[in-house]
Amino acid sequence: MFRFLLYPFNLFIDTLEGIGRYVELMISIFRSISSWNKYLSLTIDQLFHIGVLSIPIVILTSLFSGMVTSVQAAYQFESGFVPNWFVGSIVGESVLLELAPMMTALVMTGRIGATIAAEIGTMRVSEQIDALESLSFDPVSFLILPRILAAAVMFPILVIIADCFGIVGGLFAAVNAMDVSYLEFIRGLRNWFRPFDAWFGLIKGLFFGVAITSIACYQGYYTTGGATGVGRATTATVVNSCVAIVFLDYILAAILLR
Amino acid sequence: MIDVKNLYKSYGGKGVLSDISLSVSHGQSLAVVGKSGAGKSVLLRCLIGLVKPDNGTIYVDNKLINTMNFSQLQKIRASIGMVFQFGALFDSMTVEENISLALQKLTKLNENEIQQRVHNSLEEVDMAGTENLMPAELSGGMKKRVGIARAIAIKPAYLFYDEPTTGLDPVMTDSINRLIRKFQDTGEVTSVIITHEMRTVYDVADRVLLLHEGRIQYDGSPDTINNVDDPVVQQFITGNSTLI
Repeated sequence: MFRFLLYPFNLFIDTLEGIGRYVELMISIFRSISSWNKYLSLTIDQLFHIGVLSIPIVILTSLFSGMVTSVQAAYQFESGFVPNWFVGSIVGESVLLELAPMMTALVMTGRIGATIAAEIGTMRVSEQIDALESLSFDPVSFLILPRILAAAVMFPILVIIADCFGIVGGLFAAVNAMDVSYLEFIRGLRNWFRPFDAWFGLIKGLFFGVAITSIACYQGYYTTGGATGVGRATTATVVNSCVAIVFLDYILAAILLR
Repeated sequence: MIDVKNLYKSYGGKGVLSDISLSVSHGQSLAVVGKSGAGKSVLLRCLIGLVKPDNGTIYVDNKLINTMNFSQLQKIRASIGMVFQFGALFDSMTVEENISLALQKLTKLNENEIQQRVHNSLEEVDMAGTENLMPAELSGGMKKRVGIARAIAIKPAYLFYDEPTTGLDPVMTDSINRLIRKFQDTGEVTSVIITHEMRTVYDVADRVLLLHEGRIQYDGSPDTINNVDDPVVQQFITGNSTLI
């Protein structure tokens, strides 16, 4: 009974402790940024793993997101009061502002966040991180910095790819399944387009990328308890990253779209 | 030389090491034994600076290491080779890359010299020809041998072994013990060996230290440990659980 009553208090303390350790790790990463050039080859490896290998899944999800948006927009315009070319406007704005960065981030949480947490967590429980330290390597510079730098570079690029394929998907669905011509769709797309909307998506991509990889690295780095601990770290990465993404999504919109 | 004085370490209020004082002279081979949870591995981690003690001092080559920052510790660690319990080889690298990583970081050797040193180290542990294998392709005993090759490649003044023979068959245990003895016989290495196995103690140690509940219960020669009239010591060396 007493333990049950103490649970919220302990949870609060654990959360504060976790935030403190995360901030401490972020400070170590920030301090090690000056040595990025020593770990250039590792960063290039991560650019490939985080970025290039994720392109197919990003294309697939963004293509279907654009198609769904197009179909749903057309469904809501059935009344006839809204002209058909508005489908292009809706698809363009939805994809650039929200769908491309958000879908990319959620997909990457599963593909990259979980992988990083499991990889670093396994290195922790099998003493590979201790071995690195005993060989005079700084594990933060060696393991975490290249991943975060690679994510900061590749996430905006993946968002650009998602933007393109999301709009292409929307166009494809509008032209083939509805009574919207190619020119009407493009007219709608151009009508509401503002260059800042594209930049906004890229900025979100950058923040989401750093958030996902830093949470995954943190969870992996502080893994304890063998295989169960690695599983726990992976789950916590996915859950915390999703929360961080929606939180950042709101904060960035509130700051940058005012 | 390693000199430890009044070392204390606890986790979550539970004492793991209490008032540990010991010194290991140059060229000596010290075996640290004790039951699981006695604090052996924590002691070894304190000696290499992976764990900060709560209290006490640790000197390696007359340098106080427990107050050192990371860059100061890097210089000390360049003289220490550490062999981990399950090898702790980096999964994503080949055997050759595992060994050359340390050489690239800690020495000024060129690529050819590094390759030669990797080959020699693997030959020392009878693992020549495995350069291109991944750790997942190696058996437990092979991983430990490669772990030893990685540790000796930097030509360290100190070799620390964390349970080097645990989980191995008797033949492999003997082979690892012979390797440890071979490096020891060069007279250039000071070794600290954490082990559960009395056979390893008799085969490789000049001195044995038995830890019990975080304290030193016995510190002396392996030749005389059998004659010690202490139930804790007798229980450990005979493996008889009914003695205490």
